[in-house]
Amino acid sequence: MKDKSTELELISVTKRYGTTYAVNAISHHFKPASYTCLLGPSGCGKSSTLRMIAGHETVSDGAILLGDRDISKLPPAKRGTAMMFQNYALFPHLTVTDNVAFSLKMKGTEQKQRRAAALEMLELVDLTNLADRLPDQLSGGQQQRVALARALITRPSMLLLDEPLSALDPFLRIRMRTELKKLQQELGISFLHVTHGQDEALALADEIVVMNNAVIEQTGPARDVFNAPKTEFVARFMGGHNVLALPEGHFAIRADAVGLTTADTGKLEASVTAVEYQGTHVSVTARGMGDQEITAVVADRLFFDNPKNPGDRVGLIWEPQDLHKLAN
Amino acid sequence: MEKLLRNNTFSGWLMATPLTIVLIIFLVLPIIMIVVVSFWQATEFSIIPAFDLENYEFLFGSPVTYKVFLNTFKYAAITWFFTLTIGFTVAYFLAFHVRSLTWQIALFLLCTIPFWTSNIIRMISWIPFLGRNGIANSALISWGVIDEPLEWLLFSDFAVILAFVHLYTLFMVVPIFNTMMRIDRSLIEAARDAGATGVQILWNVIIPLTKPGIMIGTIFVVTLVMGDFITVRFMSGSQSANVGRLISNDIALLAYPSAAATAVVLLLTVLIVIGVLLRFVDIRKEL
Repeated sequence: MKDKSTELELISVTKRYGTTYAVNAISHHFKPASYTCLLGPSGCGKSSTLRMIAGHETVSDGAILLGDRDISKLPPAKRGTAMMFQNYALFPHLTVTDNVAFSLKMKGTEQKQRRAAALEMLELVDLTNLADRLPDQLSGGQQQRVALARALITRPSMLLLDEPLSALDPFLRIRMRTELKKLQQELGISFLHVTHGQDEALALADEIVVMNNAVIEQTGPARDVFNAPKTEFVARFMGGHNVLALPEGHFAIRADAVGLTTADTGKLEASVTAVEYQGTHVSVTARGMGDQEITAVVADRLFFDNPKNPGDRVGLIWEPQDLHKLAN
Repeated sequence: MEKLLRNNTFSGWLMATPLTIVLIIFLVLPIIMIVVVSFWQATEFSIIPAFDLENYEFLFGSPVTYKVFLNTFKYAAITWFFTLTIGFTVAYFLAFHVRSLTWQIALFLLCTIPFWTSNIIRMISWIPFLGRNGIANSALISWGVIDEPLEWLLFSDFAVILAFVHLYTLFMVVPIFNTMMRIDRSLIEAARDAGATGVQILWNVIIPLTKPGIMIGTIFVVTLVMGDFITVRFMSGSQSANVGRLISNDIALLAYPSAAATAVVLLLTVLIVIGVLLRFVDIRKEL
């Protein structure tokens, strides 16, 4: 069931600081009840976009529609969104329960009802046994669940997550992202997740929105964005791609779609500059025509049948359909 | 010797020694001296070393003592109330309404400018302002607010408390401002995200998180007011008394044992007050 109220649309949303644009007239329609990742390097405007949707930043121009309602002028709590902050922003003087129940207290709900509702939320994130602790006494992962419960208690149509996993250690990060995805599917609301990690975005997102220099570079399902980057920036930012300057123009090609052969039979002649063993495969970097660096990721068995060393002349081959023409 | 130096416990003690010596000579010994002298006997012309409780008997037997202590508490409480109200407001404005760090520092320094002159001068400068024919009275008369000069402006409890508030508000501003600057701004946003109004944020987030700063400021102000004697003498025109004046009068009469006894009682009172305050708020995080 896809609830229409979880459908977000940005219409030419702009954020200006003086004459500089943090976000420059971006428009995008987010599918209802979906997990979307806003991906981009720091300073690309992704956080400003999120904060404008949340209402913590004013919109210079444009409209933000959530379920057919323009929310761009409403106060944060009236928008139907809830935000989970990067460092979780838990109130250090309040217990876990009081943190979760904070928004109900502000609304003037009776203490008994508040506690009951908070406990229900804590059950959802599996934290009932820590209900009376202070945030200081929790681990990073537990703090994050509290923040999640606090955001969800307002029953938002859309949850906004600002780099939610960046403060966790790598192991916990992978576990939490599975939980986030599961939670989104259980609740059937939209999650909008800002991140600068492409692996995080690929693992989580139904749809990825790549931003750079205050504009959207490319949008689409994770697989499409990764397989067929439209611009050089996306190809480089998503990683695992080569950008080839060929006589016909610039192309992106996945590093694992490039193969090695003898120098005279390849499409491009190059000399190996580095060989890196990575377990299941080997990454071979070669320098070819016009001094461009090209990386070929070769299955380890294939490589060791015919090993190469830095300095060797090789030929690079690929299938024509793996080349993706880049704009500009 | 070298082996001894490598021993952590020993070198630790060695490093603590200079400060310990300074504290013993300048803090512990004088206090012991005062306690010892408080048991001595005194006549009009001599001081006799002894162990005698008569100073304390006289102190606790005299109704003046209770009145003066009560007055001291009254000054402390009223001054605390006003310095807290003003100090909190100023700190709140500096920390949350002034956006740029440059302006915060500039305005903060502006607050400290009066402290570049001595206490006494700042106090005395009130006198021409508040006097019978002072600026305040003449201005009020010329505006037609009053017909006759207000007598209670100077040499009154009003003047004493005004001077105290003027002298000590900064001691409230600094620790509160310091604590407020450490409040993570995303907490305010999180509260707003949860639907809290400005007043609710102040009451539910900022004040609870500023408590340690408020407590440190409170300790400063309370101890300063309770130990003061010169402000009370100048601003009340010697018409009001607090414990500090009791002690200074005794010293003027060379009644050192009696002064020492009063000082010991004052010290204990202040320590008890601080002890009670510290039970309410944990200030360790601020230190």
